[in-house]
Amino acid sequence: MGTKVKALAGTGGLGSGFLEETLSRAIKNGADFIGCDAGSTDAGPYYLGSGKTKSSREAIMRDTRIMMREALAAGIPLLIGTAGFGGGKPHLERMLGYVRELAEANHWHFKLAAINSEIDKEVLVEAYRAGRITPLHPAPRLDEETIRGAERFVAMMGLEPFQHALQAGAQVIIAGRSSDVSIYAALPVLRGIPKAVALHAGKILECGAASVAQRFHPDCMAITLDEEGFTVEPPNPAMRCTPESVIAHTMYENADLFSLVEPGGVLDTSAVKYEAVGDRAVRVTGSRFKPAPYTVKLEGAMLAGYRSVAFAGVDDPLVLRQFPAFMAGLKKVVEKKVRDSVGLDAKQYTLSWRVYGDPGSADWHGNGDQTADHALGIFIDAIAPTQALAGAVVTVAWHTGLHHPIPEYDGLISNFAFPTSPPGIDAGPVYRFCANHVWHLDNPCEPFKMTLENL
Amino acid sequence: MPELWQLTRLIRSKNAGPFELTFDLIFKDRKSFDQVKTSGIVSAGAISRLYRVPIDQVRVFELPAILALKVSIPRPAFSGDINDTDVYGGQFHSRLVRLLVPEDRREQTGVPTPA
Repeated sequence: MGTKVKALAGTGGLGSGFLEETLSRAIKNGADFIGCDAGSTDAGPYYLGSGKTKSSREAIMRDTRIMMREALAAGIPLLIGTAGFGGGKPHLERMLGYVRELAEANHWHFKLAAINSEIDKEVLVEAYRAGRITPLHPAPRLDEETIRGAERFVAMMGLEPFQHALQAGAQVIIAGRSSDVSIYAALPVLRGIPKAVALHAGKILECGAASVAQRFHPDCMAITLDEEGFTVEPPNPAMRCTPESVIAHTMYENADLFSLVEPGGVLDTSAVKYEAVGDRAVRVTGSRFKPAPYTVKLEGAMLAGYRSVAFAGVDDPLVLRQFPAFMAGLKKVVEKKVRDSVGLDAKQYTLSWRVYGDPGSADWHGNGDQTADHALGIFIDAIAPTQALAGAVVTVAWHTGLHHPIPEYDGLISNFAFPTSPPGIDAGPVYRFCANHVWHLDNPCEPFKMTLENL
Repeated sequence: MPELWQLTRLIRSKNAGPFELTFDLIFKDRKSFDQVKTSGIVSAGAISRLYRVPIDQVRVFELPAILALKVSIPRPAFSGDINDTDVYGGQFHSRLVRLLVPEDRREQTGVPTPA
């Protein structure tokens, strides 16, 4: 009888929801811990840069409350990684606030561990000077100046900081930016499950119920790990895993079909066997792990400017039949007007006109008539050094386009149908990812400071 | 001539991190999988031309066990960057969907079709 660990994913993304009864059922089936990934870079750099969180307070608290309640009642740890969606300091602080609030409202008492992964820029400058930061491919240019000029950086922790927190007796662990897989692999490896098995299981668990054949809604996922491999079985009886669905999920979001790079090594799935167990579970064996010098991925966001946008619909057939020439002429007029009225040269801002076409008939007037044979939507997007300047540029753009003449009509015309007042909408700061690098570490826990709190 | 989507159960694209795109094609049956592989319409060269990426930056993987092909390329713009048009990378596969798939002529003539 070897070691067995029962891992449970609350859902694929904290705040995206799951069925309460699925989690209860999974706990009744036995679980050694609950894990949940709370963040991602999928939605772009805005969250890391701004410190904001994607899901609402309500949605995050609902998911967290149920997971905390079940974990504490069962006496098992709850591990949440990439807190607050971006995993930096403000994101982590916001999530810790929710956890403390829930603890107080429910009279829950437990040891809370917070693990930070936002890295001080001077620390990174030192590491850069020492040659400890190397680019992946493709990578934005990173040097001392760009490190200092960025908004913030996070390093993606591996399983060791989670293990450190577990060993310190923490029952609820809230971590900043983490490798999704390590949230789930930490406890199993601590209990003697081979890394290869734990990492591959973590890869399946991190998206919650996404590895099932037909996922109707986000939900929990359960995996039982042992020394030879693992068995995936969705706790929701209406869902099922098949070898195909699990393999397809191993492919998802991975550039390389057979290698998954994690801190400390590479998970090799090239020799893995996926076998059906009954008609809704899958047994996975044959994962291999190749150790490598320990590196953690660095992510960074820098401010790129401020954005204002406008959306315009066009369906006058005479405008549409000369649309390329219309747009070319309009852009020239706009560039000159922005220079004259706003005082900005073309190099000082970006203005893009993204045209979306519906070659069929369109009824976006909303009155039930199919009045147009063709229609186009134009998304006008201005980015400039300040919000005020971005707003000024987009206003020139939409207002000029509105009245831009065509030869067929004598008189002042209005070409753009705006669905909003104001037509121009200030959209706030724009960020860009400024790092796709790895940081060579001697100590996997050193950059990730842990604080413990007794609630 | 069938269109690619007619031979598949799934065609999708997604970010593999903010700097790379990955495409998954899962075919309906072995004949379709073989026909598309032989046709070269999603070969490294074809992808290089369709997406304007240097051919040495295109990676193609085969997983015959589930009749799948995976293709990965660097993103034309980093996710969410100023000139990006698709933050999640979910609509990059569209230009593959209606690609025409030539019949495998080898059965008839015994001569391999060029890749």
